[in-house]
Amino acid sequence: MSVIAAGAPVPEFSLGTEDGETFTRDDLLGKTSVLVFYPFAFSPVCNDQLTLYEEVLDEFSALGATLYAISTDASWSQAAFKEKLGSSVRQLSDFEPKGATARAFGVLDEGGFSQRALVIVDPEGVVKWSYLAPSSGDLPGVNLIFDGLDS
Amino acid sequence: MSDLRSAPAPALTDEDHVRGDPAAPLVIFYGDYTCPRCALTHARLSGAPLRVAFRHFAIAAKHPRAVPLACAAEAAARQGRFWEFHDALFADPGRTDDPHLWARATALGLDLDRFERERREQEVAARVSQHTRAGMRAGIAQTPTLLHDGKMLPGIPDAELIARLTG
Repeated sequence: MSVIAAGAPVPEFSLGTEDGETFTRDDLLGKTSVLVFYPFAFSPVCNDQLTLYEEVLDEFSALGATLYAISTDASWSQAAFKEKLGSSVRQLSDFEPKGATARAFGVLDEGGFSQRALVIVDPEGVVKWSYLAPSSGDLPGVNLIFDGLDS
Repeated sequence: MSDLRSAPAPALTDEDHVRGDPAAPLVIFYGDYTCPRCALTHARLSGAPLRVAFRHFAIAAKHPRAVPLACAAEAAARQGRFWEFHDALFADPGRTDDPHLWARATALGLDLDRFERERREQEVAARVSQHTRAGMRAGIAQTPTLLHDGKMLPGIPDAELIARLTG
């Protein structure tokens, strides 16, 4: 399995929001989105990753990019994680069926959780850039996302 | 376009805080005074025969005192006591409120009024931000991260790594 490549259309998917609503491919259309796939809410590297991205969120917004954080955690866990971090990045749950979206994007670990990966989607719903971290312990810096947005 | 696209870490300059034997291997330590892992890294590096440069990687979203503590260390640097203040911050990481900073400054014999004024100066905040953003461009994403011979080494260094760094 490998992460979805640049140029590919984003597959159909269904994720849960904190409000109990469904978030699908159609919700990505019309804007640039950065999908941040992460393994586990509350894990140390995921804490560092989301706080780092929060630090420069305004600069992503200035480029017209919206970040979404996606994991196989349940929405309740994601909401608690978001509150704990003081994060403003919207959380999307890939809990039921577990990992189906991560699988569709080629980032599902055989252990049943999302690998650490980034996918930039253009306003037409096409993958503009993607990145799979060498391991879940490797934290992709913000520089990679800005490079991807500029690609 | 953003200035946070990838770029190499800046080369060492006279502006950097550096200590240790000039002939010893150089390690650039990107750290944050609110980060317990950095305190442990500081302790491990302190006894090693290395030349250490410290650069701030202060993320306000991670801890509300990250930037103020970095600015306090820079204000101490204005009075020639950066390393003493740096050591004092890492030695007692649970005491980071303003009165604790004043106590450190007083113990080090700093001019307290000047310290108070300068730690809030825009120029000091800009220097801390400059360190952090240059680190971001270089791909630093967490603290502690060490740079050695162009290699990025995130995480707390263990004895084996320190032995390797010291050659």
